[in-house]
Amino acid sequence: MDTELILKVYPYFLEAALITIELSVLTIALGLICGALGATARLSRFKSLRFLGAAYVSFFRGTPALIQLFLLYFGGPQIGIQLDAFEAGVIGLGVNIGAYMTETMRGAIIAIDKGQGEAARTLGLSRSQAFRKVVLPQALRLMIRPLGVNINAQIKGTALVSAISVVELTYTAQRYIGSTYKPFEMFFLAGVLYLVIITITGKGVAYLDRKVRLPA
Amino acid sequence: MTAPHSFVEIRHAQKSYGTLEVLKDISLNVERGQIVAIIGPSGSGKSTLLRAINDLDPLTGGEIWLDGVQVNKALPHRQYEKHINQMRQEIGMVFQHFNLFPHLTVRENVTMAPKLLKKISDKEADKLAEEQLDHVGMLERIDYYPAQLSGGQKQRVAIARALAMKPKLMLFDEATSALDPELVEEVNLVMKKLAQEHMTMIIVTHEMDFAASVCDRVLFMDQGVVVEEGPPEQVFRNPTQERTRNFLRKHLEGAK
Ligand SMILES: Nc1ncnc2c1ncn2[C@@H]1O[C@H](COP(=O)(O)OP(=O)(O)O)[C@@H](O)[C@H]1O
Ligand SMILES: [Mg+2]
Repeated sequence: MDTELILKVYPYFLEAALITIELSVLTIALGLICGALGATARLSRFKSLRFLGAAYVSFFRGTPALIQLFLLYFGGPQIGIQLDAFEAGVIGLGVNIGAYMTETMRGAIIAIDKGQGEAARTLGLSRSQAFRKVVLPQALRLMIRPLGVNINAQIKGTALVSAISVVELTYTAQRYIGSTYKPFEMFFLAGVLYLVIITITGKGVAYLDRKVRLPA
Repeated sequence: MTAPHSFVEIRHAQKSYGTLEVLKDISLNVERGQIVAIIGPSGSGKSTLLRAINDLDPLTGGEIWLDGVQVNKALPHRQYEKHINQMRQEIGMVFQHFNLFPHLTVRENVTMAPKLLKKISDKEADKLAEEQLDHVGMLERIDYYPAQLSGGQKQRVAIARALAMKPKLMLFDEATSALDPELVEEVNLVMKKLAQEHMTMIIVTHEMDFAASVCDRVLFMDQGVVVEEGPPEQVFRNPTQERTRNFLRKHLEGAK
């Protein structure tokens, strides 16, 4: 392994890693918003909303994220959606991970014992009060770890935007191979940086999970 | 609609799940301060009837009245929600599995609804929690979480939580069935105390001795109908119906 080369190029990779982090933060934030909306729709009293939520989930989980990204970035202009590559990456991947997060959030909410909402309603709380004060606080605790899994997948998933030429970590590795002819070193370096980001994020999720855990 | 005479009136309650008729024309009157026990085999509709009283399982026919107000009156959706939330504040319910809120302390379990619905101050809420928990002998555990309590203690907190809303009527659905035998008595004692304070109660139970000692009246239900009802001495000692006799005999054998 050419360590000298790695030491020479790694500052550029660090810069690219910042773009990867930025993409991760934005797509995850958008994903959480879409997930909250999606879960609300999936659990709605209204059939039409439930249908919309289900359609959203099945489309975005049932087709490759890469196709969704291409559809938005390359196909978008045809239907009047002009986005630069970074914007398309954030929106495409954010809405995509939101479908997975919809299911995660919904799963946590329906995992809360029915008796909890009933006990709250019995005391006179309205549907929304029972949800906000009793069901949601418990569901939020329950969804931290599975959302961590979605987040892990999404950080790695940002690599897909290299296919539409966003200069993040994977794209940078590919670019440096062109000039150095050292694919092993370049991909190894990129891999290590992904590992660092994912490890730190994983620790953050575990910390949050511990912090809100109830005394047993 | 004729005006009701009794404190609690259940008139021709009927409930079906699809083609399965779970409650078949049940009527029941309970006077203020009376305590009624409902006994009967599993699946006979006891829980369904109890849960119809606060509209947790809405009836498909019939009326429920409490203190001159119809609980399940026909109203447009929004108005009905308001009405039923109001009614439920007046009807306390205690569940077999306690259903305490695990993310809240004992104090918060008791004060959450009064704070939210009666807009009392933090200070008043604390006083209320202390009073209610003292009443059920759980004051020392006021800042514990439910997971840190025994089953009997959880159920006593659940009773305090219901009482904190100052209900007119208390419903108990097998409040001691999920408890280890040695924990049953502490909950029974709390219920006896409420009886002495003349709380109106409807109690679904499998404990015949308890029912006999605190209740004014016993209802035996089977397959969605009230087969027999009367004072405990009569229903337990001299049941008139064959089905009641069978049930009591089986129950006695099971208890041995
Ligand atoms: N949500 C439901 N859907 C269909 N059947 C139900 C439902 N809830 C209760 N039942 C049926 O209603 C009957 C009465 O149940 P329940 O009131 O729980 O009886 P009990 O409390 O006396 O054991 C049972 O046959 C039960 O299977
Ligand atoms: Mg039952």
